[in-house]
Amino acid sequence: MLSRTADNLYWLARYVERAEYLARILEATQRLTALPIAYGGSSNEWESAVATAGCTNAFFAHYGEANEENVTDFLAFSTANPSSIRNCFEVARTNARAVRTALTVEMWDAINGAWLELKRYGNGPTSREEFMRFLRWVQESSLRFDGSAYRTMLRNDAYWFSRLGLYSERADNTARILDVKYHVLLPENETVGGPLDYFQWSAILRSVSALTAYHWVYRESLKPWLIADLLMLNDQMPRSLASCYENLVRYLDNIANAYGRQGAAQRQARTIRTRLENSRIEDVFQHGLHEFIGGFIADNNRLGAAITDQYLV
Amino acid sequence: MTVAFDEMTGSDGALRSSYTELKHWLGEIRPDVLDYRRREAELLFRRIGITFAVYGEADSTERLIPFDVIPRILSSAEWDTVRRGLEQRIKAINAYVRDVYGRREILRAGVVPEDLVFQNPVFRPEMNGQKVPHDIYVHIAGIDIVRVDADTFYVLEDNARTPSGVSYMLENREIMLRLFPELFSRHRVAPVENYPDELLATLKSVAPATASSDPTVVLLTPGVFNSAYYEHSFLADKLGVELVEGRDLLVKGEVVYMRTTEGLKRVDVIYRRIDDDFLDPLAFRPDSALGVPGIMSAYQAGQVTLANAVGTGIADDKAVYSYMPDIVKFYLGEEPILKNVPTWRCRQEEHLSYVLDNLEELVVKEVHGSGGYGMLIGPKADKATIAAFRSKLKSDPKNFIAQPTLALSTCPTCVDEGVAPRHVDLRPFVLTGRDRIRIVPGGLTRVALKKGSLVVNSSQGGGTKDTWVLDS
Repeated sequence: MLSRTADNLYWLARYVERAEYLARILEATQRLTALPIAYGGSSNEWESAVATAGCTNAFFAHYGEANEENVTDFLAFSTANPSSIRNCFEVARTNARAVRTALTVEMWDAINGAWLELKRYGNGPTSREEFMRFLRWVQESSLRFDGSAYRTMLRNDAYWFSRLGLYSERADNTARILDVKYHVLLPENETVGGPLDYFQWSAILRSVSALTAYHWVYRESLKPWLIADLLMLNDQMPRSLASCYENLVRYLDNIANAYGRQGAAQRQARTIRTRLENSRIEDVFQHGLHEFIGGFIADNNRLGAAITDQYLV
Repeated sequence: MTVAFDEMTGSDGALRSSYTELKHWLGEIRPDVLDYRRREAELLFRRIGITFAVYGEADSTERLIPFDVIPRILSSAEWDTVRRGLEQRIKAINAYVRDVYGRREILRAGVVPEDLVFQNPVFRPEMNGQKVPHDIYVHIAGIDIVRVDADTFYVLEDNARTPSGVSYMLENREIMLRLFPELFSRHRVAPVENYPDELLATLKSVAPATASSDPTVVLLTPGVFNSAYYEHSFLADKLGVELVEGRDLLVKGEVVYMRTTEGLKRVDVIYRRIDDDFLDPLAFRPDSALGVPGIMSAYQAGQVTLANAVGTGIADDKAVYSYMPDIVKFYLGEEPILKNVPTWRCRQEEHLSYVLDNLEELVVKEVHGSGGYGMLIGPKADKATIAAFRSKLKSDPKNFIAQPTLALSTCPTCVDEGVAPRHVDLRPFVLTGRDRIRIVPGGLTRVALKKGSLVVNSSQGGGTKDTWVLDS
């Protein structure tokens, strides 16, 4: 297949995934800030949402203050933010249009439909209720697109490249949440804070839609080290780093087998997966959660560059 | 102006036989149902993403071509005449292009004036003496036909470069089949859905001799910003070939390759939807970022087939058009089956003075214009416009031709006031391969939705209809 087509498919999946992630962050933040002050603590949740979206510098270039109005506008509707939900759909649809021939009718329908629907929201919703509906709708659009891809695409390189985009983005997103919230994720032997932390933890789980999953896996109340374990090392959890890398390795192998050639991307993905497999959460805390996550984000970016070099240009 | 011939009711109001069922159906269907279907059709088009861009409109980069749900019907006898006329015409066109870039017999015989060819900006000296695979130059033509009475079809334009619109022909049929199964069951409509297969067979048949037995075909598009991009992606999809942009191709050792995830892959046939000017920055416009550097050298080395060939503009230029009846006679020794619209060549003094005296009644077109831009429709124009054209004509007569204002035939069309006659034309698509000529029955019918308007171009408010050729 054309390198440009593969590149478009890869980024199409990334942008749809990113839009969904932003919607989850905004939803979780909205929830957290709605709590009474006593539970909310002093930290600025809107600022942390911007950080979790990875666009702090860009945000403060446009706004002086990280409040609800500014942050929801910037992350959801702004045309000045290249990664706003609106721009994600815009870029995704542009990519989809450029590779119409590589998409199934259902996928095109999902992304084109979402893009048309987005216009109805204009420059933003008029009320919090409508904004909530908007966030739900973004997540449903992503589910629909992903489901269409899963159910209708031929299992060939086009599918595999689109999956690579999805899992690269997802790994990055999960890692970013951990990177911003690492200070509330404490090892087992440290003193746990008050109710503030509890709601922070549940917000983290919510932003990766894992609140219910947590209870099914651990069958106990929220413990920060278990949350870290779930999001990083548990390969049953679809948004965990381990699960993302299991998939990245698998789809890279599919491509390598079909093309009859292994390359740098395959080797790098395997190395990262092995490190995740061999890590225990205690060791991660011992060496520093923040450092581990920082290293992971850098590794994940390097893998993206390797995939690009090997296939997409 | 005379009353136009209506394809349903003729010139005298008597129902024509191919429209019997349709007329009946139009009497049965409730206006609100028809209107509902109309809106449903628009929704379908919008969702599928069949849009086009209009140059010069900043705000709406993607627009929908209006679709009329009432089909235009041709009997098999009518179609047979058109089809034979098209085959004859395309044979002559191919012989002519080959001759112009080869032995130039037609110029030496004085049938077509030399300066019309050599001073024409669409003439490509690079093609002089150039052999092309299987001697075929125009593989895909979209020949515009209009009708003025029960028996007379005129060719309005021979589009021999990169004609578009075939995706609408195909999608219109799909939408009609979805919306009006009942109406179809009352007719026997010849299918058009095999067009992509016919196109692929045509393209593969003209692969260069150096290609493998299963040649690699690609479709070259200028990119997503081109007004016909939807069609390019649609066709590539139906053909099952890669849709490439210039940057996806490269030329090495006079062979064309595409960049794939598995490395470079050889390309044998390029169905290019990009104009000559932009094809190769090394050979033509150096500022073109759309083309492929070196592709002309590969083409000249016979390592790749371009469809259509470079330089075919010399066959569909509006000034050359007026010589087409002579061209048909010269190469085939036959009378043209499809007539030409009587045309005054403003380059000839006696024609020019006639045109200047009768501007109010004539249609004046730029020789190199297309899309309905830059033309004067005398009977519809105000005094100032006519005066402006008069001075344009005087200062550069060579650049213009003039034709009588034709009473284009009309077809029943769904408009705000109900069902009313509107003027139509027809663009059938003619495929020429090594083995034979292929034409799917019908083509794209374009309709001028404004009452009395004769301009059917989509860029100027025209719409489209499904075209039914009835099986005998």
